Amino acid sequence: MADSSTTLAGPASGGARKLSPRKRRQLSLAAQSLVLVALLAILILTVDGSKIQKSFFDFKAAQNMFPALFTVALKNTIIYAVSAYVLGFVLGLILALMRLSSFAPYRWISLAYIEIFRGLPALLVLMIIGFGLPIAFDGLQFPLDPYDKVAIGLGLVAAAYMAETFRAGVQAVPPGQLEAARSLGMSHSRAMFSIVLPQAVRLVIPPLTNELIVLFKDSSLVSVIGITLAGRELTKLGSDEAIKVANSTPFVVAGATYLLITIPLGILVRRLEAKQRKSR
Amino acid sequence: MSNAVEIVDLHKSFGELQVLKGINASVKTGEVICIIGPSGSGKSTLLRCVNLLEQPNAGQVIVHGVDLTHRDVDIDAARRRLGMVFQSFNLFPHLSVLDNVTISQRKVLGRGRAEAEKIARNNLEKVGVGEKARAFPAQLSGGQQQRVAIARALSMDPQVMLFDEPTSALDPELVGEVLTVMRQLADEGMTMLVVTHEMQFAKEVADKVLFMDGGYVIEQGPAAQVIGAPQHERTKTFLRRVLDPTHLDVTE
Repeated sequence: MADSSTTLAGPASGGARKLSPRKRRQLSLAAQSLVLVALLAILILTVDGSKIQKSFFDFKAAQNMFPALFTVALKNTIIYAVSAYVLGFVLGLILALMRLSSFAPYRWISLAYIEIFRGLPALLVLMIIGFGLPIAFDGLQFPLDPYDKVAIGLGLVAAAYMAETFRAGVQAVPPGQLEAARSLGMSHSRAMFSIVLPQAVRLVIPPLTNELIVLFKDSSLVSVIGITLAGRELTKLGSDEAIKVANSTPFVVAGATYLLITIPLGILVRRLEAKQRKSR
Repeated sequence: MSNAVEIVDLHKSFGELQVLKGINASVKTGEVICIIGPSGSGKSTLLRCVNLLEQPNAGQVIVHGVDLTHRDVDIDAARRRLGMVFQSFNLFPHLSVLDNVTISQRKVLGRGRAEAEKIARNNLEKVGVGEKARAFPAQLSGGQQQRVAIARALSMDPQVMLFDEPTSALDPELVGEVLTVMRQLADEGMTMLVVTHEMQFAKEVADKVLFMDGGYVIEQGPAAQVIGAPQHERTKTFLRRVLDPTHLDVTE
């Protein structure tokens, strides 16, 4: 019995018909390269280059976007994203602490919040805040309209995601840290704030930066709640201009401006992750 | 001499698993007690029950007259009397060595920065890592980390020091430096409860040795007696395995 299994797994198995693993790898690589080249060729042959250039890269059509692209649209995009991020960060941290609390009602409230706001589209939440609340609560005013509406709407959703991130971070801190702090006479909350949370936040900086990238993109949703010219952000400015000049280049310009922010943030995230891997 | 620690009929179980089945022991002020026994015998759990990192199911732990198991006791205040040193050091990795040793002095005892740092430096000097005050834990060897952990516990002016297998996570050549610090503490008259596998240390430093197995204290007495001339069969078997592991019968 042992003899037959050795023969099956042995190097001479299968006879001469089978290729060696090295040959098989080479063949597979060659096949993949061939498919890639074929796809590229099809793309180049079927697409009308001048038409593409005219509709997406006609920069004369986009010249009306300046300087409002930076002075209004980019500025507003940053304000929307960062204000929602700050609100989401604070609320998310509170929710995470409630989720880890020994007082059961806190855990229930936090869990319900997270499940609800993680499950709702940000667009819908923005609409409820923007249209629903002012009608439901008579005389409710948003003094900084639309900035406060957007910060609350996007921040409420971001808080749900960030709460889960913080919770994972706290749970990733070894339990010995809390024990050591408690054995030095610290109360539970003191140990949490001085010892566990600083380590947890450091652990979750990369995923939290990803959340900022998400908010930069989600800030494009604010156009649904009706914003003034001064409140326009990148997507709204891009689409307004695209309609005006009947050309898609403003979309491309707006898109490139997003990437101006999100790509450096993405690089930052990768650097931070690499640094964490090294320090471990 | 008064009793520093009094353990009365202590029971602890994790779910169905009974880990401590009625432990009685007392530690006089200035005494060094070593707790030995096979793994799973409950010795670490006993130590963790003494400063209530584990909540006992029944029984009492009395430290200098204060019953820690009483419902209304201020456990944070009570724990300050007990310094704890862990097997895995548990230094705070985000803080420098100096901050590791000052943070609870400042946040818990309310000492000012200057005072806390002076006490910290004295204790770091004492355990031989004075020049590492500005380093971070990750930059230190295991032996240095454990000595910092001892300095951290000492800086809270504990009346009793608890050591939970303090050398078990160390490379063999680093064990000596930690044991030397512990021996020095013992010589200075610190009351110590030490869970350890270092029989030589127990023999030479302990005033009393407790042998635990299966959740009971099987045998206790002077170190020379428990380690040198054990009475119980289980103690004998354990010591033979620990002290002379290369000459066992295969059937053991």
